[in-house]
Amino acid sequence: MSLRTPLARVRGLGSAKEGVAHWWAQRVTAVALVPLTLWFVISLLFMTHADHETLQAWIAQPLVTVLLVAFLFSLFYHAILGMQVVIEDYVHQEGTKFVSLLVMKFLLILLGGFAIIAVLRIAFGG
Amino acid sequence: MATNARPLSPHLQIYKPQLTSVLSILHRATGVFLTIGTLLLAYWLVAAASGPEAFEHAQGIIGSMLGQLLLFLWTLALFYHFCNGIRHLVWDAGYGLDIESVYRSGRYVLWVPVVLTLICWIIAA
Repeated sequence: MSLRTPLARVRGLGSAKEGVAHWWAQRVTAVALVPLTLWFVISLLFMTHADHETLQAWIAQPLVTVLLVAFLFSLFYHAILGMQVVIEDYVHQEGTKFVSLLVMKFLLILLGGFAIIAVLRIAFGG
Repeated sequence: MATNARPLSPHLQIYKPQLTSVLSILHRATGVFLTIGTLLLAYWLVAAASGPEAFEHAQGIIGSMLGQLLLFLWTLALFYHFCNGIRHLVWDAGYGLDIESVYRSGRYVLWVPVVLTLICWIIAA
């Protein structure tokens, strides 16, 4: 008889030895994205005819800056997790899969970095 | 590799398309399409941070025929992924998993995203 709890036994299992971490992160980012996406889309609706100065002033508001960074972080994190599953499902050759995953993650982290830095630059008046 | 010679389980083309499977595939397809859309989002924000000329240029691209068509499709994809994503979260919470509920929520995500997209584009016009 083992004294280990069922939870301790399943922790860290699965082919990637990470248990349900990936699945859970996908859900957590999804839940975060529900209000953030709604807020972002509604805000953009009122920005469609805004000029450059109005948009910059909007982004520079502290609450907007924080929400935008939270939105972009969750969005790119969620996208990376999703694209990872798609690549793992359809790319079967090990080498190609490894390289595809690496390139996809690098590209999306760079892109997300660009987007977040752009918001911060406007916020801090760079 | 030896594993590659194994027979594969019946795949997409074997089965008759059903609402459930089509919506599931659509969720993944819109997810990939939206990931491509982050290119435009990042470009737009970087342009806004770079200055008035760069921003004007970005607005011009988005305002073009192709830009508007893509933006419309991205709006539709976003609302679909959003609605069906909530459907998935409800399932994850353990609700609505019987066949009848799955089909009922499935029919909702067919038309709700279309209505939301049209509302957005009418407001923005």
